[in-house]
This record gives sequence, structure tokens and C-alpha cells, in this order.
Amino acid sequence: MRTTITVNGEARSLDLDPRTTLLDALREHLKLTGAKKGCDHGQCGACTVLVNGVRINACLSLAVMHDGDEVISIEGVGTPDRLHPVQVAFLNQDAFQCGYCTPGQICSTLGLLAELEAGHPSQETAPGAKPEFTGDEIRERMSGNICRCSAYPQIVAAIRQAAEQMA
Amino acid sequence: MSSVADWEATPNPVKTNRAGLIGKPVDRYEGPLKVTGTAPYAYEVQPPSPPAYGVMIGAEIAVGRVTGADLAAARAAPGVLAVWTHENAPAQPPRGTKAHPRSSAGSRPALDGDRVTYWGQPVAFVVADTLENAVAAAHLVKLSYAPETPNVDFHGRLIDGVDPPGEKDVEVGDFEAGFKASPVQVDETWTTPIQNHCQMEPCASLAWWEGPDRCIAHTSVQMVKPAQHGLAETLGIDRDGVHLMTRYIGGGFGGKGQTYDDLTLAALAARELGRPVKVAFTRQQMMHGTIHRPATLQRVRLGAEKDGRLNAFSIMTWTHCHSDGAFTEHASNFARALYAAPNRLTGHRLVKLDLPHAGPMRAPGEASGTMSLEVAMDELAEKLGMDPVQLRIVNEPPVDPENGRPFSQRQLVRCLQEGAQLFGWDRRLPQPGQVRDGRWHVGLGMAAAIRGNFLLPAKCSFSVDAEGTITVRQGMTDIGTGTYTVLAQIAAETLGVPLGKVVVEIGDSELPPAPGSGGQFGAATAGSAALAAGVNLRRAVAELAVGDAGSPLHGGDPEAVTFQDGVIALENRSETLSDLIRRTRPEGLTVEGEIRPAQDAQRWSTQTYGAHFCEVGVDVVTGEVRVRRMLGVFAAGRILNAKTARSQLTGGMIWGVGAALTEGNAVDPRYGSLIAQDLAQYLVPAHADIGDLDAIMLDEVDDKANPMGIKGVGELGNSGASAAVANAIHNAVGVRVRDYPITPDKLLAALMARGL
Ligand code: FES
Ligand code: FES
Repeated sequence: MRTTITVNGEARSLDLDPRTTLLDALREHLKLTGAKKGCDHGQCGACTVLVNGVRINACLSLAVMHDGDEVISIEGVGTPDRLHPVQVAFLNQDAFQCGYCTPGQICSTLGLLAELEAGHPSQETAPGAKPEFTGDEIRERMSGNICRCSAYPQIVAAIRQAAEQMA
Repeated sequence: MSSVADWEATPNPVKTNRAGLIGKPVDRYEGPLKVTGTAPYAYEVQPPSPPAYGVMIGAEIAVGRVTGADLAAARAAPGVLAVWTHENAPAQPPRGTKAHPRSSAGSRPALDGDRVTYWGQPVAFVVADTLENAVAAAHLVKLSYAPETPNVDFHGRLIDGVDPPGEKDVEVGDFEAGFKASPVQVDETWTTPIQNHCQMEPCASLAWWEGPDRCIAHTSVQMVKPAQHGLAETLGIDRDGVHLMTRYIGGGFGGKGQTYDDLTLAALAARELGRPVKVAFTRQQMMHGTIHRPATLQRVRLGAEKDGRLNAFSIMTWTHCHSDGAFTEHASNFARALYAAPNRLTGHRLVKLDLPHAGPMRAPGEASGTMSLEVAMDELAEKLGMDPVQLRIVNEPPVDPENGRPFSQRQLVRCLQEGAQLFGWDRRLPQPGQVRDGRWHVGLGMAAAIRGNFLLPAKCSFSVDAEGTITVRQGMTDIGTGTYTVLAQIAAETLGVPLGKVVVEIGDSELPPAPGSGGQFGAATAGSAALAAGVNLRRAVAELAVGDAGSPLHGGDPEAVTFQDGVIALENRSETLSDLIRRTRPEGLTVEGEIRPAQDAQRWSTQTYGAHFCEVGVDVVTGEVRVRRMLGVFAAGRILNAKTARSQLTGGMIWGVGAALTEGNAVDPRYGSLIAQDLAQYLVPAHADIGDLDAIMLDEVDDKANPMGIKGVGELGNSGASAAVANAIHNAVGVRVRDYPITPDKLLAALMARGL
């Protein structure tokens, strides 16, 4: 099926098997291997990308459903020479070890910051209140992104650093 | 061969640390690639032509035979290029064949017979032009089996336990007599479940051929040489015919210490089909198809005097391995060096079962063993009415209590004392169940940590080019441990160049061999070889300079040449490293270095140590446990990079939290399969499970461990961490669950049994 997806700002027209996930379209067809496959079942968050500004698990979504959508994958966030403040923060705080969950953690962080900005509540938010930028809010909202290397304390520190720099 | 005395007496650039790069918390060398998603893991390497996709099919019996296969529908499915079972897979040498006697691993054939010995064993394989076509065709493969009754009931078969091959119980003094005579005793049994590594990157391989004798393979493996040799033996080609690369590895933790059928099948299919083939495990296949930490049952007996001194101590472990295996989870071994006691008994019993292969997982032995002994010590402290920190200090041995060897370095007491102070241990109320915070019962617990230290033979090469750039080359791996970074630091410090002038190339079978990552020996082993190469390059450069009439250093003493900021100097005469090389060796200069264990290394007991302190909250209505605060204090020799080392330690501690509270895989006795087959069922810690958690490293140099005085940290943080959590739970609510993990159902049952 002919599908056009704007990936990292560039319209990409693909002829796709309808069974191809958004994750495999990125990794196998567009050779954008930054989004990782950790489980292919929506259980780990390694495949997190932003679709129209909202974070999703790319493994749980068929690519043909995204005709006309805007997808940002880690490759669109920054490059080794021009790192995004979130990427700088992950580097400075050592918020990764093997690095396999990292693109997903970083895309998820961007989604989280946007959700907090927009005032979306989470389980940690008091009923009716505007969510605040607390450790508990970060941990709750990042819990869809597993890090088996267990860089969790460092990831929280990185998110704090990034938020400060971006403020 | 070098000796420990040589190591201690000889100055070297790491010890001198003139530029201060050793220990500095610099960012990861390969970090910019990892945070931008541009570090290619095995499945992501772009081959020279479009790859075909292989999918493995696992057996749906635990033991028996594959009796038939209906492959017609799969073969006829769109895009299918090959469908294999044992009946038509390419012939491979029998398992373990070593055509080259010095191969570091024998052949590892796939689909090599009709016999099934564990659930999920790959028994069929499909290759197609796309992943979707391969997955769809795999569903069309119909296999029939002659199943046999699997022998998988570990707790029912303890009676079958035998001494592991070549091992005997170790007894010092007379344990039974000592135990009987002790006025205060603990005699309890703990169980730990099967645990899965759950590396975030499932095992994956990509292979293609450059002619009939040359296979290029990218895979995700912790040890390069055995992977290369094992594949060459399987393919029946010369060892150098396999060029194996593993540049980025999405977590290993011991589970990628060996290769699996993904590598064998990718290489075989690439040869048969004449095109690149890639094969990945699914998350579900990882649970059965790769190794796991086996379950244990541990009986711990402690006999103490009223002042807390241990008179008798024993830890006996029962564990299991695959029917063809011999791997033993040595949960008793670590205890031999931990506490003083005149009467001691430790040993293991191994039960062979029709379960998947058991194997090493982060801190093999220590991780499981401390889950019993370090809780038993807490129970003993309670019986004695003694502070648990004090109990450990009272039992501090002056020399290794088992073999009488002096400790190379041992700062366990300092770890305990500094940790207690930093954590606020004095606020702990010894009587359980005294502290409430809203719905939470709050408790504090602690445990000691110990993990052995090892040094293996390794080589490394250093090159300098006309730009003054140093290139480190080593067949080493970085599984997230920080290898790239610490090698860069050693190179920069040794040659006196900025970090930006160092290139590190690892994870390649064509580079000087190193044993890889495992057993927390990586940094010490690879780093010591790198230091040796660096020292050799310094000498070569110095000799080049003093021997070159065009150099301002000409005629000087090569031993006196200094290296700093890319400049080599002799008193007030100097030139840049790049000028020298450009003039004298424009093609560059390469030297090798090597490390071997010291001949007298065995004269010392060399370990790493630590102490964990943990605060939990327990909700007695739901049985939920939250780790609110955790601190580890560790002593592990000189630290090469304070940032990456801390991450290794906190990572290990979080593994301990997982093992204490959520991790475990149960066996389905009907099928011999594991119940948890993905990350929704096998619960590793997530962000919300981990609160305020930190690790601190004490100043230490262990000059007897290796020329750098460093030791490993990758596994130490895991040792003892679970026990600190368990002990904190007891302090919070006054009950003990000795069957890990301590899940709400077990905790509630224990509370109800106490009428709480
Ligand atoms: S790969 Fe998508 S959530 Fe795990
Ligand atoms: S960095 Fe390895 S899984 Fe997160």
C-alpha cells in the first residue's frame, strides 16, 4: 500500500505491506534504526517515537495507518554534532549504559515534557490539579520505558537537567 | 611472567595520573551515537545488499522427538526462500567439534537432530524476503512430536542433587559439632526462582559471505573469540574465515556470554541463499531460547556465641541445570571469604532437569547466595539483640577465613560504617513495625556485599598517526559497562593527549584478543592490556624521538621523555607528537601490549566489597512494598571513571531490588515451559519502582589486583542488594518471606499468619 509519512520533516512515500508496523517501516524500509525493537508488543518502550507530537509505541501501530502523519524519531531530535538539550542531558548524567532503550527514553522524555506543559494529569497528579514537575511525576510518566541496565536514577536526573535548560 | 611485587613497585602512567583523566567522570565515548540512535546494533548494520529475514520456530515440547514436519504450506507462502528442520538443514559438524585444536569454542550446530531437550529449542527455521512474510510462513509450519514426560520439578527432585563435576563440599573445623555447641542458632531455608536476563536488545545476528571461505557476521555477544571460533567450527571453515563483529550490544548481563542459533542459522542461510540474512530472537523466544539464572534452595545455618561471634557457619545450595549441562549457580562460594568462623561447611548439589539451559547471570553465585546468608545474618542479629552492622563488624576476619591468605585490600568495615552514617542508620528502631508514614509501615535494612575479582590474559594494540591521534584496538566488548570510555581514558592519560585525540575500536574478531565482558573482569583485564600497550607505545615514541637527528629531543634519555597535551618533552626541549610521527613515521606506528595474571596472584584473597542500606514502605493492606531510599557504599580498587562506575553499581543495586520484589519465572510442570514469556509477565523494575537510590565509592587502590590497582564493579552492586530490601521489609512489618520474590501475596499470607 502506498503510504506517505512525514518523517523528521521529510515526506517519505513508501509501498508497504499492510502488516508492516510503523517500527519496521522506520527500521527496515527507511533505515532509521534509532527506534529500537525490545519486545514488539508494547511492553518496553524502546520503539517510542512522536506521532503528531504525541509519543507512541511504534511497534503497536501499523505503518499504513499513518498516511499523512508527522513522525519524529530519534534521528529527527538531534545529531551527534548537534545534540538536543535532552540528548546532552542524557550524555552528561550517564542516563544510559547499553544504549538500547535510550532513543525510546529520549523520545518519551520529549513527550512527557509536552504533556506536562499542556497540563495533562497522570496517576501522580492530585485530582483537579495541574501536574507539577516532580520526581514522582517523572517516574510515573516514564514507566512505559524499561531500562534493564537500570539507569533510572540517572534518567530522572537527565530529565531534570533538560527541563532546566529548556525552560 | 610478572609478579605482584613488580606491579606494586613499578610506576606507570595510570598510577601517576598526571593529567587526572583516570577516575574523572567523563561522558561516555560512544554516548553521542547512542543518544542519537546512530550506534548500529547487530540487526541494524546495513549489509552490502538487501538482507533476507530469518525466523526461528521453537519446540512446543520440553523433551522428546520431532517426528514429522509438514512444510508445504510454508514453502508455498509468498516470499519464502527456505524452510528448514533437522531433516533438511545443512550438515554441520557434531556439537563441540574442534577441527582446530586451539579453538576457544567448539561447533554449535543448529537444527542438528530430532531430539528436543528443552521447551522452545529452535526446531525449524524460515527465511523470506521480508520479515512479515517470514513470520507469516512460520505460522504455517506444522510439526509433530513424540513428547516424553519432562522432568522439571526442581523442588520435587532435590533428592537427585549430586556434587557438581569436580567439586566437593568444603569443610573447615567440625561444622556439626560447632553448630550444636553454639548458644544462638539460625537454621533456615531460602528459595530463589529462575530469573531471566531480559536484556533490552534480544539476541540478533546478521551474516553474509564474501566468497566460499569468508563469512562476515555481526552479532550481539559479550565474548568475541569464542563466538568467532564457534561459528567457524560450525561452518567448517578456517577460523580466520569468520570476521565477527559486535560493536554495540544492547545489554548482556551474562546472557550473551555465548552465541545462540540465530548466529548459526543466519550464517548457514546466507551461504545457502547467497545473500545477507538476519535473524533475531523475539522477546518471547528469549525466555526459553537463551540461558537463565537457575532456581536455588539454600539452607543456611549460623551458630554464634552470645557476643555475636560466629562459631559455625554453613550454606548449602541446591540448584539445577539443563540435562546436558553442568553450569552451577555457586550460591555458597562467596561466603567462604566473607565472615570469620572456626567451623565452616559450604557446598552445592546440582539437579539435572529438562529445562532450558541455566547459565551465568550478573553476579552468578553472589546474587542468589547473599539473598539467604545476608538475611540469616539479620535474623541472627535479631536473636542476639545486636545491631546488624555491629554483628558483621564483630565477625570481620583478619585474613581470608577459609584459606588463610591475606586480603589484598578489604574495606568492608569502612563501607559498613560510612554507609550507616550517610544513610542515617542510627534512626533505625530495632523492634520491627514501629514506624508509620500514612498508609506505609516504614523499615530500614542493610546487607553486606562481596564479589570476587579476576584478571585474565588479554592483548591490545595502540597506534599513533601523523595527526597525533591514538587508536586503541582490542577484541573487547562494551555491553554498557563503559569499556569504550575507560579505554579512551587510559590511552589519553598514558600518551598525554586530550580525550578528543583518541579513537577506540573494539568488538571485532580481527583485533588483538581480549576475553570480553563478564564476571566483572572486563575493565581490569582489557584496561591492563591497554596500559601495557600504552607504555610500549610511549617507549617506542621516546626512542624514535631521541634517535632522530631532526628531533629537539635527539640524543636524550628515552626514559626521561614526558608526554603532556600532545607534546613530548625532555626538560626544556620539546615537539608535538604529531610533528615527530609526521617526520619519522608518516604511515604511523603501532605496538601491542599484553597482560597476564601474576604468577603469585594466588597468594592474596582479592575481592570487592560493599554495604547496602535500604528504606522500604510496606502497605499491610495490599502487601505492596516500595523502596523509598537506598544507598550502597563500595570499595573496589581505583575507579577509572566515577560516572560510569557509579552507573554500574546503581544498575546492580536495582537488579537486587527486582530480584527481591518482582523477578522470577515459574515452571509449568505440565509442559516444562516457563510461565512468564514476555516483559508484561516477567517484571523487571520500571521507573516508578525506583526512588532515591545512589552508590558511593570509597578511595582505594588495590595494587595486588593488577598494574592499575583497579577492580570490577559490574556485579558488586547486585551482590547483597536483595537482602537489604528483605531485611528492611522485616524491620517494617516484622515478618520474613524466605521464598523470593517477596510479592504481595506471600507477604500478606505471612502477615495473616501472624494475625496482622
Ligand atoms: S518494542 Fe515497542 S514497546 Fe517494546
Ligand atoms: S541503557 Fe541499556 S536498557 Fe537502558
